[in-house]
Amino acid sequence: MDLTISWLYGTKMNIYGDRGNVLALAQRARWRGIAVRTVEVGLGEPLPPESDVFFFGGGQDQEQVAVSRDLQGAKGDALKQAIADGAGMLAVCGGYQLLGQEYRPHDAAPLPGIGLFDLVTEAGAERFIGNVVVETDLPFGELVGFENHSGLTHLGPTATPLGRVRVGRGNNGQDGTEGAVLGNAIGCYLHGALLPKNPALADWLLLAGLRRRHGDVALPPLDDTAELAAHATAVDRAVRTR
Amino acid sequence: MTTAPMSRLAARPDLRLGAALAAAKLTSVGIRRLGRGGGTAAPGFVADRIDPALLGKLAARLDRGAVVVAGTNGKTTVSRMLADVLEADGSRVVHNRSGSNLVRGVAAAFADRASLAGDPRGDVGVIETDEAAFPEIVRRVAPRLVLLNNLFRDQLDRYGELNAIAGHWRGALAALPPEATVVVNADDPTLAAVTEGIAARRVTFGLDNIDARYRLATLPHAADAATCRRCGHDLAYDALYVSHLGAWRCPNCGAARPTLDVVGRDVDLRGVEALALTVAPGPGAVPRGGDGSAGGGVRLEVGVPGLYNAYNALATAAAAASLGVPDATVAGALGAFQAPFGRIERVAFRGRTLTLALVKNPTGFNEVLRMLTAADGTLTVPTLLAINDLAADGRDVSWLWDVDFELLADGDVPLATAGLRGADMANRLKYAGVATDRIRPLPADPRAALEAFVATVPEGATAYVLPTYTALLELRRALADLGAVETFWRQ
Repeated sequence: MDLTISWLYGTKMNIYGDRGNVLALAQRARWRGIAVRTVEVGLGEPLPPESDVFFFGGGQDQEQVAVSRDLQGAKGDALKQAIADGAGMLAVCGGYQLLGQEYRPHDAAPLPGIGLFDLVTEAGAERFIGNVVVETDLPFGELVGFENHSGLTHLGPTATPLGRVRVGRGNNGQDGTEGAVLGNAIGCYLHGALLPKNPALADWLLLAGLRRRHGDVALPPLDDTAELAAHATAVDRAVRTR
Repeated sequence: MTTAPMSRLAARPDLRLGAALAAAKLTSVGIRRLGRGGGTAAPGFVADRIDPALLGKLAARLDRGAVVVAGTNGKTTVSRMLADVLEADGSRVVHNRSGSNLVRGVAAAFADRASLAGDPRGDVGVIETDEAAFPEIVRRVAPRLVLLNNLFRDQLDRYGELNAIAGHWRGALAALPPEATVVVNADDPTLAAVTEGIAARRVTFGLDNIDARYRLATLPHAADAATCRRCGHDLAYDALYVSHLGAWRCPNCGAARPTLDVVGRDVDLRGVEALALTVAPGPGAVPRGGDGSAGGGVRLEVGVPGLYNAYNALATAAAAASLGVPDATVAGALGAFQAPFGRIERVAFRGRTLTLALVKNPTGFNEVLRMLTAADGTLTVPTLLAINDLAADGRDVSWLWDVDFELLADGDVPLATAGLRGADMANRLKYAGVATDRIRPLPADPRAALEAFVATVPEGATAYVLPTYTALLELRRALADLGAVETFWRQ
């Protein structure tokens, strides 16, 4: 069995160790004997048609502008089509914002997103920085990560939040929601990196990608002692430092 | 040499300054009586409330002016190196040596040293600054020379993104007058950009002619300034040394590393012990004339390891030359240099030798790993990685995922993890491909972890201990309690 991970904009959109998510997806597939290919998709480069799972991280302002422009038109449409077909997607922070309708900065023109999620993000006055614990009703359960954003994300009527914030601020600090989910695509503000210490979410994304191309496959369980210890420690630190 | 605007003798009594100094000194004495080490900023806080201009007033009374040292990594080492060099040159140096590098910590160091009458009791200031405090300290101190060593991705929860810091620095540097000097690491494309076209005199330094085995083949994951500041295109490197530092150029718009005024070359790295390099005037240098030092340059032998310390020595030598210090004095002082607290130190403990090296951000961690693995390609002695997530460490441990721990996947020595986020560290090692039977999670408590770790190290052997800042403080305290080392603030 093989799997292609498409890392949107690679290191250009990696400012909080988010590449750990790509490492987690690749290693957890490899440990199960799956042949993994990781493709960095840069500015001006088309999406590999065989993409099974996407990762889309956050960048600094200057990079966000270039990436927003790059996703308008055919590339963004192809990305939405792949997700409609059932590909897995994790988008974090800036990547999450650009999967929404648009990002509205304080003092510049709005940056258009691709409108996968029905949400809008506006620049806020306060920066939300700290550990986050999110409760979800999805198979991977509780998530733990670290948020660092000033964007306030407001979900529209057709968007589904990823979960409810138990510790931290989440989408906007007001409504108690964090992230968004649509099919096998997840957007959120959780750095950490997220997937290495939330292994059930990593496997959920892998399974989505594998099933889309290889039919009804199962993932053999792994020894997640280290992952679950990191998860438990992070939750404990989140509760103590809230 | 420039003269300070107000000489000490001409200073009129300044009642507000005197009151601030008296209060600061009392606070400082009080803290020491209570036996609280390390808390070196409180006197500065007190002084600042009484006379916010204290720092500027004292700095203005330094005959040789003040030097401000900034950079994500190496600023403590460089400011100590430079202070040693200036002392060897016969100056009395006012220096925030404890490493307390926010505005109040600097004010505290100056107040501690000054007389009640406002005499700074020094000829020259060497001020280490935190990246976030840099613009404010430069504004207050009006330095004669600013030394910029590098700008790397650091604690994003505290400092924000690199571009934001660069923007703040640019503002402070652009406001410096023409008589000030900015000594800048031109191998750093961000620093080259923020010093371009400033009114102050710019002196550039960088490395050249470095042995291929000390260069990097590709940009590390931690690097994030590898795009052209002018046109946004990815930069190309004719030689890459540390993170995004190197001989850079833009293939698209032609921007490139500025001509070097001071060049470091022929670097010789001697394991975890020492290094040597030659520092010489570069193609952009203004001939110094008269002292016979221009041309061949000076060979520096320094008892600190790794290419990152070659940059630190080079930065010091470039600043010292700009301040008129003879090459022989620089070489002598650096030859006798002792590494500061935790940067790299060896501690004898229960018949073992522990080599401690502070790790605080991705580039720093990468460079420490590079230095420790240089001889054998991987680690060959047991190593303890102690990761905390308190404010001074960075509360976000995401940065561990930008460190290239894949370097440690080969080999068979155990890698122990400890600290409040030891579990994250252990997990990171697992995903780096380190065999799980080599990863030894130890108790989060530093003393328990230290004892458990040392028990796994054979007697007479060496082990490495790589802690984040507060983990280092805790481990030093545990070692001190067990009789191994002194506490640092008395230095």
